Amino acid sequence: MTEEKKAKLKVAAKAPKLADPIAATIDTATQQMIVRAQQLGIDTVFDRAAQMKPCNIGLQGTCCKNCAMGPCRLPLPKGGIEGEDKRKGLCGATANTIAARNFLRMIASGAAAHSDHGRCVAEVFMSAARKETDAYQIKDTNKLIAVAEKLGVSATVEVDGETKDRDIDEIALEVAHKALNEWGKPEGELIYLSRAPQPLYEKWTKAGVKPRNIDREIVEIMHRTHIGVDQDYKNLMKQGARCALADGWGGSMLATDLQDIMFGTPYPLQSEANLGIMKEDHVNIIIHGHEPVLSEIIVAVSQRPDILKYAKSKGARGIQLGGICCTANEILQRHGVPSAGTFLQQELAIITGACDAMIVDIQCVFQNLANVAKCFHTKLITTHPIAKMEQENVMHIEFDEHHALEDAERIVKMAIDNFTNRGSEVMIPRQKATQIAGFGVESIQYHLGGTFRGTYYTLNDNIINGRIRGLAGVVGCNNARTRHNEAHIAVVKELIKNDVLVLTTGCNGIACAMEGLLTPESAGIYCGPGLKEVCETVGIPPVLHLGSCVDNSRILLAATEVIKAGGPWKDLCDIPAAGSAPEWMSEKAISIGQYFVSSGVYTVFGVTLPTTGAPVFHNFITKDMEKLYGGKWDIEPDPIKHAQLMIAHIDKKRKEMGIDKARERVLMTMEDRQAIER
Amino acid sequence: MSRLVAFAAIQGGYNIVSKVEGKYKKALETYNADTKVGFPNTAYYLPVIYSLLGIKVETLEDVKKPLDFARNLLPPHVKGHNHLPYLGPLLDAGMASLFAFEIEEALRYLEEPDFYLPSEEVDEDAGKIWLGAADDTVMRKRGVEFVDGSAPGFAAIVGAAPDPEKAKMIVEEYQRRSLYIFCAANQNGTTVIDQLREADVQVGWNTRIIPFGPDISSAIFALGFANRAAMAFGGVKPGDYKTILKYNKDRIFAFVNALGDVNAEWAAAAAGCINWGFPTIADTDIPEVLPTGICTYEHVVSNISHEEMVQKSVEVRGLKTTVSQIEIPCAFGPAYEGERVRGADLHSQAGGGKTQCAEYLKMADMNEIEDGKVIVEGPDVTDLKEGETFPLGIFMQVAGREMQEDFEPILERQTHHLINYIQGIMHIGQRDIAWVRISKAAVDKGFTMKDIGVVLHAKFHQDFSKILDKVQVTLFTKKQDVDKLTKQARAAYKHRDERVENMTDEDVETYYSCTLCQSFAPTHVCTVSPERTGLCGAYNWMDCKASFEINPTGPNQPIEKGEVLDPVLGQFAGVNDFIRKASRGAIDHYNFYSMVNDPMTTCGCCECIAAMLPSCNGIMTVHREYAGETPCGMKFTTLAGVMGGGASSPGFVGHSKFNITQRKFIVGDGGLLRMVWMPKSLKEELKERLEKRGKELGCPNLIDMIADETVGITEEEILPFLQEKGHPALSMDPLVG
Repeated sequence: MTEEKKAKLKVAAKAPKLADPIAATIDTATQQMIVRAQQLGIDTVFDRAAQMKPCNIGLQGTCCKNCAMGPCRLPLPKGGIEGEDKRKGLCGATANTIAARNFLRMIASGAAAHSDHGRCVAEVFMSAARKETDAYQIKDTNKLIAVAEKLGVSATVEVDGETKDRDIDEIALEVAHKALNEWGKPEGELIYLSRAPQPLYEKWTKAGVKPRNIDREIVEIMHRTHIGVDQDYKNLMKQGARCALADGWGGSMLATDLQDIMFGTPYPLQSEANLGIMKEDHVNIIIHGHEPVLSEIIVAVSQRPDILKYAKSKGARGIQLGGICCTANEILQRHGVPSAGTFLQQELAIITGACDAMIVDIQCVFQNLANVAKCFHTKLITTHPIAKMEQENVMHIEFDEHHALEDAERIVKMAIDNFTNRGSEVMIPRQKATQIAGFGVESIQYHLGGTFRGTYYTLNDNIINGRIRGLAGVVGCNNARTRHNEAHIAVVKELIKNDVLVLTTGCNGIACAMEGLLTPESAGIYCGPGLKEVCETVGIPPVLHLGSCVDNSRILLAATEVIKAGGPWKDLCDIPAAGSAPEWMSEKAISIGQYFVSSGVYTVFGVTLPTTGAPVFHNFITKDMEKLYGGKWDIEPDPIKHAQLMIAHIDKKRKEMGIDKARERVLMTMEDRQAIER
Repeated sequence: MSRLVAFAAIQGGYNIVSKVEGKYKKALETYNADTKVGFPNTAYYLPVIYSLLGIKVETLEDVKKPLDFARNLLPPHVKGHNHLPYLGPLLDAGMASLFAFEIEEALRYLEEPDFYLPSEEVDEDAGKIWLGAADDTVMRKRGVEFVDGSAPGFAAIVGAAPDPEKAKMIVEEYQRRSLYIFCAANQNGTTVIDQLREADVQVGWNTRIIPFGPDISSAIFALGFANRAAMAFGGVKPGDYKTILKYNKDRIFAFVNALGDVNAEWAAAAAGCINWGFPTIADTDIPEVLPTGICTYEHVVSNISHEEMVQKSVEVRGLKTTVSQIEIPCAFGPAYEGERVRGADLHSQAGGGKTQCAEYLKMADMNEIEDGKVIVEGPDVTDLKEGETFPLGIFMQVAGREMQEDFEPILERQTHHLINYIQGIMHIGQRDIAWVRISKAAVDKGFTMKDIGVVLHAKFHQDFSKILDKVQVTLFTKKQDVDKLTKQARAAYKHRDERVENMTDEDVETYYSCTLCQSFAPTHVCTVSPERTGLCGAYNWMDCKASFEINPTGPNQPIEKGEVLDPVLGQFAGVNDFIRKASRGAIDHYNFYSMVNDPMTTCGCCECIAAMLPSCNGIMTVHREYAGETPCGMKFTTLAGVMGGGASSPGFVGHSKFNITQRKFIVGDGGLLRMVWMPKSLKEELKERLEKRGKELGCPNLIDMIADETVGITEEEILPFLQEKGHPALSMDPLVG
């Protein structure tokens, strides 16, 4: 072998393995951009996934690093375990204890992420209620009054024996106090638990899992999972359920409600999705993360005539905002700002070379963005005091609600100024799809019958008559260990093909939008005949985008409305419905999954669950848990089987509710009419 | 595709609202803002606007608010493939159109006061064929038929059939099924009403074919009728739009038939009707909207042939209708009950002061008669010349193991409506003052006297099979036979009257409940005792007893009256227990004989409403047919609006006309001697009985002491009259306290 050949081989051996674009994603824009990144020699999450394997023991959930005697690693033997499971850590912790503790810590982290987001919103809400800031106001007073009622805040006041409407500012202030109190109140239970159907509330009471306050349940997880505290997986999971409920029916729900009051309750609107929304001749500002508090102001500022004029003075034709992850969903739902992409596309937005600024707040933000940004002119700006990056090219402009307008203006202007620094390496993929987004509990109700007849009963009626087979909440992240968006789209298509109406949030929502599933005309292409007919009647897409991941609380409340509107069901677990997170990756997904399960929803996860190394514990959450809450976990990486599991569950519920057979047309006689309930 | 419907209807909504805004602007230029607007004789203002929005439109100025509301309700247009959801917007656009239609019609009443004929019948001679809004009297009278099931629903027909024959076929099929047919709008200037007149079909409330108006806007009268029914009988509060619309969906079986091309305005109106749960069935190929939810079943069904129209319509609405299949040459059903046989149409007649006409039903032994046998004794109609009169005796003999003598008058009373049900035959009166008019049309179709017997036999079996097994009918048309029968009958009437007359509340231990109206008035429970007949006037104690025997699980249930808690006011422990249960705790007691202290509840069906007149120390009562003002400051319709819906309202009580002269009538408050005012027509109607009862009370000229509208319509106006006449109420104990 010549020296030259040897050198060549050496280079080949050392060259890192690159992702196969086709195998990495189903989305052509993403494929193009992976190729582009590889051409430019920039590594992306797709490449890193090809280069690094996940830890097998961590994957099983059986690695314990909760004390310095470990990490204790308890992998499940290849052939499984016959007879007694003798695996234990130094302290004697069993695989069940370890997996449960890890699982709980994921819940704690996820609940903390949602709830801390909620707290931040509540604090801004307080500033708005106190009128300490001009940037935030009470925008939706109807929602304020509705939320006030749920929080036990009176919307009326007695003056000289007369009932009068109470001052809106006064209501807002009391709502702010009541809401903020939910994070750390010393006594009682979360107020919003009473929004759940009564039988579910009773189940929680019986199981002893009603959260006391939001923070406490997270703290208690950290305590109970410390070495040598709670070492009974069943008892641990009680706390897991309680903490997750504090997220779904607490932190997340409050975040959604208070955001709606300040920023407006979403109503259906038209927008677009995918990287193709970026425009070469515009200043492109990508907003990424999860909190709408800053992004709301950026949206407002970037539409101001003086700012647009400033952009034009720099040679741009305008300002194009685009969102990634749940910040995208927040500003999409309320303002129609298009989504630039999902979680896995965040690096690619910069690689277009046309991203003049990427503004990030919290959660799901790759640290590698800084490395990618280094290769372009892109300004990467962190804005949140709890979320900074170590790399030097990252700017930190700390956002403060009291100076929100100035902060936003500074950021937008910085992006505009940066427009002129663009290099010649711009390549924006052309792909983008139209989407109809902006659904929510209130707007669905309206669209099911208008101002006068709007009620979830219209939906129920079509579930009962079988046109709609059932409901599915398909949510969650992307995961670079699976083909980007493949499972999302396959699961959703299989569901709608089988007449299951899908409610989506998070990155599943963005994935569906990119695929064109959030359009009314997709109903005619992908749906079964029943769902198609209903979609055509109401004029909706078969997949309804309900927003960000804190907005999963909207799914809980929509399901509660289904119960309230009447039908054979009394509890959430009675509805022919199922939950799914086909490409989950974050700890928030585990928290969401657990609060869905604890609320009675059969919830199927794709990819894997970090519980497989502890079969007894795994069995507990995928089987026994149903007896406690009516819902349970399941795991199925194959998307078609995944959807079929959900459909089988839906069919089971239809049978239990006696709606598995075609409904007869009842011709009413006078006697029938006299027998009508009052 | 629904998108096309939504597109058209929303477009239509904009057109309609804009057009009416223009008309309103013009009206404001012509009239003062405080000019009165409204529909005739109704306490419900513009009823659709009032019922759904709670807005009372009384003057031209008041129109602005609901019209602005309609404008704001108009949704964005449906745009492109990737449109926003449109079902909610579509229904809102429909609703906006209907509000605008109601305003348009109100403006028409203002600007063309003679456009509509405020009557139950058309005036062909004067060319007045459009009746416009039903007033409250008509609404209540007809509403009762919806309550008791004699009218299962209504078909709102808009447009025109391709030809008069098809129009006639459809409408007659609805009549056979006893539905009301509400007609509005035209198709290129032709209306169904024009077509029916051309085909010699009688139109008007009496034949259940109502010519509301020639434009699509007059379809609003159908919805105004339905919503008033919800308020009057269902006790739903104005402005509670959710309950009103749900009430309509669940209890009012109405639907729209769109005949001919559907334009944007029709589409908007149809969309509006979907809010009520009233679907549209069209004969043209318009886009269908099949999924359920807002309506019970489909929302829009199209391309239905005229032959299938009726069957499909009732099916889509989820309504069961029955057609009486009786072997006679004429059509038969409740829709013909009110049909007239006018002079020009008359073939021959019996009774009516020209000859004797009597009807008598008698219980017979099982062996004595032959079931289904109809004997015609004497000449038949075919033997008569046009314009001739003849005597008639209808003798019905009924046998059955469960038959009782007490049921005789109940069965006999059916004769009136059953004979009336025959198309082309008219029956007036009862007993020995009956009057039967036979039309040329009926004779042309082959009607003979025997058919009366066939109808009575068939219907008695259908409706009373629980109590009878055999029915034989003899029709006498020779004078001596008729006179003989009349003599027998009169003896029987006397015997019956005395029995009923002398029956007292103390005589019986069992009263009967009546929840017949519960499909319409869900909270109201009537209790019927021998001396307190049902407030609708339709059911006395004996009727209830028979009804219970016929249908033991039906709306009339026996109530053991139990301990007498208050003999003066008339309160009974057993009755209290029953109403507490039946009203689900809403009402736990009431008094039979008082209107001052916790009176019986009142539904919207009552014949009369009594009210206190404190300055006269007496009471007044007013019946449904009297449309004028009364001394209590309220018209009947207003009173019924205040009282109806199952409330117990001290100071007011609903009652039947007959009850006024029953001995227990408000005896706890002083009885009939308290009566200081009644409408003249009611006094006349009850003249004989009032005189008799006055005599009993030692006040033979009581009837002359009772003031009426000719004396005055305020307490101040009538008081001097009462003083002059020395009305006994003035010297009675104070009515209150």
